[in-house]
Amino acid sequence: MDVSGITRMANQIADFFAASGHDEAVKGIAGHIRNFWDPRMRRALYAHADSGGEGLTALVIDAVAKLRKSDTTVTTS
Amino acid sequence: MGLIRETDFGTPGRAGGAVTLEIDGIAVTVPDGTSVMRAAMEAGVRVPRLCATDTLEAFGSCRLCLVEIDGRNGTPASCTTPVAPGMKVATHTKRLADLRRGVMELYISDHPLDCLTCAANGDCELQDMAGAVGLREVRYGYDGANHFDAPKDESNPYFTFDPAKCIVCSRCVRACDEVQGTFALTIDGRGFASAVSPGGFDGFLDSECVSCGACVQACPTATLTEKSVIEMGQPERSVLTTCAYCGVGCSFKAEMQGNEVVRMVPYKDGGANEGHACVKGRFAWGYAVHPDRVLKPLIRERITDPWREVSWDEAIAYTAGRFRAIQEKYGRGAIGGITSSRCTNEEVYVVQKMIRAAFGNNNVDTCARVCHSPTGYGLKQTFGTSAGTQDFRSVDGADVIMVIGANPTDGHPVFASRMKRRLRQGATLIVVDPRRIDLVDAPHMPPALHLPVRPGGNVALINAIAHVVVTEGLVNEAFVRERCEGDSFARWAAVIAEPRNAPEALEEATGVPAALVREAARVYATGGNGAIYYGLGVTEHSQGSTMVMGLANLAMATGNIGREGVGVNPLRGQNNVQGSCDMGSFPHELPGYRHISDDATRGLFEKVWGVTIEREPGLRIPNMMAAALDGSFRAIFIQGEDLAQSEPNTKNVYDALQAMDCVVVQDLFLNETSGLAHVFLPGTSFLEKDGTFTNAERRINRVRPVMPSKTGLDEWEVACRLATALGYPMSYPNASVIMDEIASLTPTFSGVSFETLDRLGSVQWPCNDAAPEGTPIMHIDGFVRGKGRFVVTEFVPTPERATRLFPLILTTGRILSQYNVGAQTRRTDNVIWHPEDLLEIHPHDAEERGISNGDRVMVASRKGSTTLRALITDRMPQGVVYTTFHHPITEINFVTTELSDWATNCPEYKVTAVQVTRTNLQADAEAAE
Repeated sequence: MDVSGITRMANQIADFFAASGHDEAVKGIAGHIRNFWDPRMRRALYAHADSGGEGLTALVIDAVAKLRKSDTTVTTS
Repeated sequence: MGLIRETDFGTPGRAGGAVTLEIDGIAVTVPDGTSVMRAAMEAGVRVPRLCATDTLEAFGSCRLCLVEIDGRNGTPASCTTPVAPGMKVATHTKRLADLRRGVMELYISDHPLDCLTCAANGDCELQDMAGAVGLREVRYGYDGANHFDAPKDESNPYFTFDPAKCIVCSRCVRACDEVQGTFALTIDGRGFASAVSPGGFDGFLDSECVSCGACVQACPTATLTEKSVIEMGQPERSVLTTCAYCGVGCSFKAEMQGNEVVRMVPYKDGGANEGHACVKGRFAWGYAVHPDRVLKPLIRERITDPWREVSWDEAIAYTAGRFRAIQEKYGRGAIGGITSSRCTNEEVYVVQKMIRAAFGNNNVDTCARVCHSPTGYGLKQTFGTSAGTQDFRSVDGADVIMVIGANPTDGHPVFASRMKRRLRQGATLIVVDPRRIDLVDAPHMPPALHLPVRPGGNVALINAIAHVVVTEGLVNEAFVRERCEGDSFARWAAVIAEPRNAPEALEEATGVPAALVREAARVYATGGNGAIYYGLGVTEHSQGSTMVMGLANLAMATGNIGREGVGVNPLRGQNNVQGSCDMGSFPHELPGYRHISDDATRGLFEKVWGVTIEREPGLRIPNMMAAALDGSFRAIFIQGEDLAQSEPNTKNVYDALQAMDCVVVQDLFLNETSGLAHVFLPGTSFLEKDGTFTNAERRINRVRPVMPSKTGLDEWEVACRLATALGYPMSYPNASVIMDEIASLTPTFSGVSFETLDRLGSVQWPCNDAAPEGTPIMHIDGFVRGKGRFVVTEFVPTPERATRLFPLILTTGRILSQYNVGAQTRRTDNVIWHPEDLLEIHPHDAEERGISNGDRVMVASRKGSTTLRALITDRMPQGVVYTTFHHPITEINFVTTELSDWATNCPEYKVTAVQVTRTNLQADAEAAE
């Protein structure tokens, strides 16, 4: 998947949830991506995060870390 | 079945206390304020009349409905005389008969006696009244002064105006005023010279007439007549069905001769439209029988090959073979499909079922993705359900109407007429829109409070309005305390109250003077019942979902939810946007908006469908395009959507479709997308469909076939055959059984069946044991989610900004005569009003660029460019340009960007930074041709 598109969408989600404070925001971002993103999109996001996550905001990085722990469908690295 | 003729009670109904009177010795009880004429009809007595009809207020001009009333002098007109307790009325006496015959003699002395060759023969109230009063002679003869030679006006493509047949009853003028609210017609001249006139213009076509046809319907003679009736004659049967254009969902009588439509007449008992229509629904149905229709399946190996006409069996086998081969090579998730908001609930349901059960994945999305997907998300987060809160009738009780990012007179004209009627009665209007839309200064109503918000500034504006409500003590504390979550309100209110959300602080983002924002906030919060109506100007933004939640926050904070006259109301674009979403068209939801990961819900469907359903969400349309470009998504089934014209960033869509191995289009006509397709499966028009549409007010209406399918199959049958060919046997005996399955699996639809709809006319979901006749207004005693939830809506500017290179903001929309990509309306005479898309530009912006009215201009963004003609108008604000996308040649979506709503990926059509320059490019191209 197009990394720039994935990055932009993830950051947009983070922009929305940012107002709720770090922990709530991370939970919200992770939940939104889990609920609405097809596994190949999540896989691309995780892969991008693993390769340094250029362009991803800190909240997204944290959300990815939280999300992939519970993501039994997508099991990259 | 013969023709359906609704009872005409002569004057509108009233809602006062009970009054009992006697009509010709028959006791009758009616509401106070009712006319004697209507009371007589209630008693089964029809008083002769010509100028009266129950869709219009009484006028008292024809002098035919005279009655005698005990104790009163003279012979008052029954239409303008209200009932009184104990009144004794005589409607048929010798004196009255003589008077009526005398009146009729005068009418007929100036009326052509060509009944046998008249288009209205058999449907003429003048003819009927001549019979009713026993007219046998005209003592005045026919040689006096008359209007027989008055020239016909045939300028309108759909109806003629023949003044020779006019009796000057003013029904047309009053219909234009009272029903449509356009005030395009008038009575010109006085006395014998009185004549209906389209507002001083030479003809109807050049006038302010919007061709809604209300005048034609109101006309009691052949003065205003559909050209189709003149050509074909009177219809012989009616079929009740539902319009397939916008989300208003008007009920129509399709009036037929055999299997040919003579005319479409709006149905008075239609819940959404109550007898009114617009130019599209009433007149622009010819596309359904247009010779461009493709009626046989087409296939081809490569998109460079010519199409080959094949049988249904071959087309289905060919499609299934290619889909299966792709899945075997690239995996189950390599294919998917898109449902259409122009198709019935039953057709949509079957396609999403085919994708989930036969394709074996959740790669299903719908064209609602690009319009109202943020509505679904935003209202579910705040209220708990993905739908508007009110019925259309509710606007009659509104005191303040806030229209945001919608242009109802163009996009939802029948509802707009209803809204304008309420505004003429005194409701206050707030319009939030960059453009000065027609509603801002419509005739006979006070000018609206117009907030010309900067494109992209919606969330800033709604936050600023909410700031005023919170900081000026305008919150409805009791409502919030009783009906909403305390903690979410407290958090939201604290953020909103921060000075950075004040109208003054956000003035640059909103583009609206702070004082105006404060005034609007106060009016909405304190003006009585406040109702919000919004459209794609809210949703098609990078913060579309945020804005929807912002509207919900505002309505909850002011207590404007849960009763008549209030609410948050999305004006849905297409006829079945609501329904296609209800039917599980989104990749993360099963029918009834239940998440695909919910084991219990999936279990219900798995049991009935006999198959295991994937528990992961699938791809949305933009994700499908992205996945096609990376090679993981290889085939698509597209039901009734022209992706290559309607999606933003067209080049990307072309690239994606070309990257796929198999593109299947099911549609009425070959279109931009089918140019990139390998299989074309002919679809059916709304005149052939059997099923239901669900409109913007959650009203489920029956769509009944008025003619057999021209393709030989119903659309749902095609999906069933394809699913079966893919190894998942699927069949239904008829559409009614599909609805029964939907009802059995969807709690909000559990009371819906064709039988219920035939009995009640229509129902608004939820329709179940708790609400067996449906739910016109939601959240009355509590929100669907329990307590209303406030959501913090921080303003995040779109990355799409005006720059030195692209200093203007382009926003797109649609106009009255056309519909979306124009596939339907361009194949009707509606093109007379809109032969091409135009770029609206402010005079200052035009002057700066040396652009004159009508000049060809190039519109260029960082994504692409196109050319079209300029229309200079001061209804545009400086810095913003606007166009429509009704003609494929405009290619405006080559200019729009890939940006989309953060929550739903609804494209940001409403904000594209562009430059506009004069050009000769298209003219050169045309000359070269």
